[in-house]
Amino acid sequence: MAATQPQLTNLLSQEYQHGFVTDIETDTLPPGLNEEVVRTISAKKNEPEFMLEYRLKAYRHWLTMTPPDWAKLKIEPIDYQAITYYSAPKFKKDAPKSLDEVDPELLRTYEKLGIPLKEQEMLAGIAVDAVFDSVSVATTFKSKLAEKGVIFCSFSEALQEHPELVKKYLGTVVPHTDNFFAALNAAVFSDGSFCYIPKGVRCPMELSTYFRINAKSSGQFERTLIVAEEGSYVSYLEGCTAPMRDENQLHAAVVELIALENAQIKYSTVQNWYPGDKEGRGGIYNFVTKRGICRGKQAKISWTQVETGSAITWKYPSVILEADNTIGEFYSVALTNNLQQADTGTKMIHIGKNTRSTIISKGISAGHGQNSYRGLVKVLKNAQHARNYTQCDSLLLGSRCGAHTFPYIEVKNPTAQIEHEASTSKISEDQLFYCRQRGMGIEDAVSMIVNGFCKEVLKELPMEFAVEAQKLLGISLEGSVG
Amino acid sequence: MLTIKNLHANIDDKAILKGINLQVNPGEVHAIMGPNGSGKSTLANVLVGREEYQITQGEVRFEDQDLLNMAPEERARAGIFLAFQYPVEIPGVSNINFLKAALNNVRAARGLAKLDAIDLLQQVKDKMQQVKMNPDFLYRSVNEGFSGGEKKRNEVLQMLLLEPKLALLDETDSGLDIDALKIVADGVNALRSPERAIVLVTHYQRLLDYIVPDFVHVLSGGQIIKSGDKNLALELEQQGYGWLTEARA
Repeated sequence: MAATQPQLTNLLSQEYQHGFVTDIETDTLPPGLNEEVVRTISAKKNEPEFMLEYRLKAYRHWLTMTPPDWAKLKIEPIDYQAITYYSAPKFKKDAPKSLDEVDPELLRTYEKLGIPLKEQEMLAGIAVDAVFDSVSVATTFKSKLAEKGVIFCSFSEALQEHPELVKKYLGTVVPHTDNFFAALNAAVFSDGSFCYIPKGVRCPMELSTYFRINAKSSGQFERTLIVAEEGSYVSYLEGCTAPMRDENQLHAAVVELIALENAQIKYSTVQNWYPGDKEGRGGIYNFVTKRGICRGKQAKISWTQVETGSAITWKYPSVILEADNTIGEFYSVALTNNLQQADTGTKMIHIGKNTRSTIISKGISAGHGQNSYRGLVKVLKNAQHARNYTQCDSLLLGSRCGAHTFPYIEVKNPTAQIEHEASTSKISEDQLFYCRQRGMGIEDAVSMIVNGFCKEVLKELPMEFAVEAQKLLGISLEGSVG
Repeated sequence: MLTIKNLHANIDDKAILKGINLQVNPGEVHAIMGPNGSGKSTLANVLVGREEYQITQGEVRFEDQDLLNMAPEERARAGIFLAFQYPVEIPGVSNINFLKAALNNVRAARGLAKLDAIDLLQQVKDKMQQVKMNPDFLYRSVNEGFSGGEKKRNEVLQMLLLEPKLALLDETDSGLDIDALKIVADGVNALRSPERAIVLVTHYQRLLDYIVPDFVHVLSGGQIIKSGDKNLALELEQQGYGWLTEARA
């Protein structure tokens, strides 16, 4: 309607709220990538020999690879020699030993983002590992976790303190040969989080990592490795933001989850990388490989993601259901506005008997946003009585955006039960008017309808995160119909 | 309270309302009747700011405000409520969340604090009893899968909760059996008060057996061609609209 459109345009043009830059001294390598850079990163972090070997192997393999082109994404060619592969906040000493030694500017950055790192100010029950550009700056609640035997630290620290664990599990779920971005990550990743839950331990608090890209022209390549021993449980949260920059920045992370017998890992992401401006200038390229393996019987891995940011998202958190009776879940909300593009989904690989997987995907497109769900359900020959339920719903706001669904199903065992449901809907003018006649503003109405559309996914998030995700959906959209 | 002067409105360049004049005062109940296509529903929709209608002439004042310059949500917050002829389904949004959002917006406009979840639930459940709705409906998506009668009762529930100054009911009686009609009528009657006004848009007289109007207006060809008291509705019931519209022709 004539009177509605300009209001919608205003609402849709709400600006990114985390777009500030922190002025901080950094130790930054010049742009470019070669074997020397890989060696330098490893040396700067004083890594054990096996790690350097791994990086070099990955780098040499990466040189033989080409970027994937099968996704429904328009990506400008990336000049990998123009990217800075290492940028770390400069500390007076080598690394901060405690929060008191962390640069106050950095702490302020996290406070601006709503993530106070000082333990006494923290929400009870969430331990945070903060990664700024490529380096972990602070991990909270470490001692309390240590009492239970839980290891939660930066990846660099894990390499120093627990090299045997890293060596045992690194690359076992996402090998360095897996794909172009995973190979690049394996060669140059500078930090990330490491988490180990011992046998039978229920992790007493939510573990959380907050990623922030700050430096210009830098890539962020972090690596997360979570190992849940037999009968253990952990809930892990990940949040991401970045400043507003004119040029695109690359974020190529790898996350590996390993769940042993009866273990359960719940991994939640609220991704709000800078999406670029209305003309599509700038924004993060979010090319991420996330995969978990249920290695022991009755293990369970759940991925929940709310993807509202990034110029381009290429991401398929997956579960390999290797052992019998294991469960994989994927709950996703992906929102694209303006010129954002998302090609996201999951892979559920059923190997063991009686394995079950659930996929709930909610795509929301507004402006010129293009949103694709791409999912693979694969049932191998010995996976007797495997079951999958997939539901893909798309919600369109306006008439210039697009929603696409690419489900792939490969079944090699006749006892499998696979269900797939899909729907596409639009917020109608009638719905919006009905809400307005009851006193709601357009933004409230759209936000309510979008949240209603996503609620099956949002209810999977831990409480504090769900509230944040709801707000984020509101800010990123705030109404649009056509 | 509501003053309509020489109101003309078009849809897609076709004139529907051709000079409506109407005065509604607090405490009054008006019934607007007329044959199909006479512009009854258009009038109700124009008053709440439906955007596909173009106002070409005239003026509408609500209390001290120029109604036609207000956004739909501003009109709602000022106290105008429309019970829709075809209530809209909103999948995924629970009735209780919808009621909460509506009520808190209207309360904020009246300078009242937001209701907390417990008070809200109590109020809603009380009103649900009034319209004989099962509390299960609170947790279902707004109007989704509701029968025609359930949708209309849901409209009355919203009306009772929002306590408008001016309630417009657009063919709320259509498609209701006699029991449902009584429930709806009881709901509307419960809202009657010296401070409030009610405008019923209806095709049939039978609703007016239960909600007795102070004034009855006959709308035809986009104009009010006759006004009277409740007896006019009875005459229409017996004689149809023909004698009025032919007399004018």
